[in-house]
Amino acid sequence: MDTLNVKVIELADFVAGPYCGKLLADFGADVIKIERPGRGDDARHLGPFKDDVPNPEASGTFLYLNTGKRSVELDIETDEGRDTLRALLRDADVLIEDQMPGELAKLGLGYEDLRALNPNLIVTSITPFGQVGPYRDYKARHLNLYHASGQGYLLPMWAINLDVPPCQGPGYLGFFDGGMAGATATLAALFWRDASGTGQHIDVSIQHAMMALERSQLRRFIDDGVSPNRTGKGRLLESLVQCSDGEFAVVILSSQQQWLGLWRAMGEPEWGMKPPFDTQKGRSDNYAELRARLNEWAGTVTQDELFHAIQREGSAAAPILTAEGVFKLAQFRERGHFVTIDHPVAGPLEYIGQPTRPVGIDLPAKRRAPLLGEHTEEVLAQLRDRAPARQSV
Amino acid sequence: MDALQGIRVIDFGHVLAGPWCTMQLASLGAEVIKVETRSRPDEQRAQHGHGAADNLEANSNFFEVNLGKKSVTLNLTTEQGRDLAKRLVATADIVLENMRPGVMTKLGLDYDALVKVKPDLIMLSLSGFGATGPLRRYAAYNPCFTSVGGVSHLTGYAEKKPNTMTNSGGDARAGTAAVFAALVALRFRQQTGKGSYIDSSSCEVINSMIGDQMMDFAMNGRSPKRHGNADPRMAPHGVYRCAGKDEWVSIAVGDEEEWRGLVRALGTPDWTAEPGFATAPDRKANEAALDARISAWTADKTYVEAMRLLQAEGVPATPSFKAEDLFNDPHVLARGQVEEVDHPVLGRRRTITAPYRFSETPTRIRGSAPFIGADNAEILGGGLGLSQEEMDRLAAEKVVY
Repeated sequence: MDTLNVKVIELADFVAGPYCGKLLADFGADVIKIERPGRGDDARHLGPFKDDVPNPEASGTFLYLNTGKRSVELDIETDEGRDTLRALLRDADVLIEDQMPGELAKLGLGYEDLRALNPNLIVTSITPFGQVGPYRDYKARHLNLYHASGQGYLLPMWAINLDVPPCQGPGYLGFFDGGMAGATATLAALFWRDASGTGQHIDVSIQHAMMALERSQLRRFIDDGVSPNRTGKGRLLESLVQCSDGEFAVVILSSQQQWLGLWRAMGEPEWGMKPPFDTQKGRSDNYAELRARLNEWAGTVTQDELFHAIQREGSAAAPILTAEGVFKLAQFRERGHFVTIDHPVAGPLEYIGQPTRPVGIDLPAKRRAPLLGEHTEEVLAQLRDRAPARQSV
Repeated sequence: MDALQGIRVIDFGHVLAGPWCTMQLASLGAEVIKVETRSRPDEQRAQHGHGAADNLEANSNFFEVNLGKKSVTLNLTTEQGRDLAKRLVATADIVLENMRPGVMTKLGLDYDALVKVKPDLIMLSLSGFGATGPLRRYAAYNPCFTSVGGVSHLTGYAEKKPNTMTNSGGDARAGTAAVFAALVALRFRQQTGKGSYIDSSSCEVINSMIGDQMMDFAMNGRSPKRHGNADPRMAPHGVYRCAGKDEWVSIAVGDEEEWRGLVRALGTPDWTAEPGFATAPDRKANEAALDARISAWTADKTYVEAMRLLQAEGVPATPSFKAEDLFNDPHVLARGQVEEVDHPVLGRRRTITAPYRFSETPTRIRGSAPFIGADNAEILGGGLGLSQEEMDRLAAEKVVY
């Protein structure tokens, strides 16, 4: 069995920090999640719940984001809790934390304190605006970060005009971006430490992570001196269509070659080879009419028929899938995108798996999320067992 | 010091997702060698807006995802080109490619072939649907990943149609997940000495980043719906029009403390006494009325002013920033999120830095985006030891081309 041979302490709540921890836990890292006694992680209270019956041990958001971790209930507001946390950090490789900047320092757990305790420790801080800069103390939820990053202003893309207000992205995608940046940086720091270095402090701003992901659009301001907005890009790229079964699909219109495949899939209608629809420019200039014609055809085929008909002709199109569509897609199923994990309270459920699994690495089976405080005794006992040995050194 | 000091990456990537990954590896300190050819230049060099570009060195989108790399030209449709590519791979730690599945096999450059010249190789293949499965050969651009990955359905307003998002978010996330995957593999190699192969599907990556949203289906057979800026419980939770042109401020009030902060900022403490706003469920039930009142307050303020006034009272509030404001924002600049980079054709221009600040191994932009073949002499001549005569012959035969 191969595992990321590291001990990680996660002092983080909700989505961004826990996703960072999950990414490491899914590859076998020993991730010990510190939870507030009694209440635990906020995600335990969010749901979704089976039959909508709230249960902090069976919140879908929590279950997904905390696979493979151990849970320790610890109140770091108390001296005893902090002593235990320090003891855990003494031989840990990584601390993932998401407290507002300065909060841990107030508790005597700032980066300098922790470095003195364990110079090999990598401390990964994931916060809305990072550890430094004038907005460091600003509060921001997912909605706020989506907008603060520049991504929200560009959505919904293809808005008919600017009276459609800018919009956040789906789910907690921006928090996942922050967690992914944290996990990436943590691994780079681990690699360097074990090649020739030491521990260090990593400062992730979720706003920066999201802004960096939008670089290909934001750079258009540097090109033209005009900020791009959500009404489009002034050129023909794609179209949304609705199919006979009421489902939506997207067809790609970015080149003449794409058009030819789509045209063949439509059964080679005469209008498609006649002006103005025979050229990219003509189709672009008559986009509204083009869309109407595409929708007219789409209304005669199902989503699935449209997808395969266009792809068979070598052009790109895709079904807009709901969660149900995702779970039904044979491609996902065949590639092991889903993994069934049993849980003492939530029962067996199909989870979305880790998508970037290395072949040739024998990963441990996916492990369930922990119950609140499930491993408190176990972890504290390990600390007690280790304590005498440490004193004798 | 660089985190990935001494790591060499051979980059067969093109367009967005692949180059995105290797650019981040470069910013972490790896030496990234982009293998490309004039016979079929990277679309990001060759296409610009409405069609073909006449200058392969003038595309700002190429610049944005190829900073700090080296470039060699090898025509992989020739046998000598493929041999040289293999010799390069033998000197490397990581190989990345994002050709259509099957293409690298046809070229004799797939993992099975390359691992023979570099036994502990780490190789990443990125594609829309993945290298296996019934859809592996299907074409996929960004809107396809976001659609199949389930995010398009969840993006946009409840009463409106689904939204495919912008034309790079899916590629960007696929590329970013590939950086993570490369570092997982590098860590395993450090621990065990073994390399590995990663077959990453952009659709799967995107879907895993809304994996929490898939749980309601797993539990209850229900597909979640898009809900715009709204939250099922919180109110106010939305964007509000401000005084400037197309300026909107986002406000998300999640608890009583923030609610009291909001009314302090607005100077309307009497709202807390109104029965319609007494509790969080009351405010959610009367969200439209509340939103109208907040909009009246934001209407005569700029979005930055609204943010400052609200944050001063502890209310989560941010502008829906435009690119222009981000590139000039005091926080963005103070954190070094924007840097200037020289480019011989595009000039000196601002760009966005890697999104993590390391105390010991700071990331850096190692250089501008390379001209095509700019590093042939260093990498093929100096590195692989080709003589000037060989280089000239290979250029004439359109191998080094």
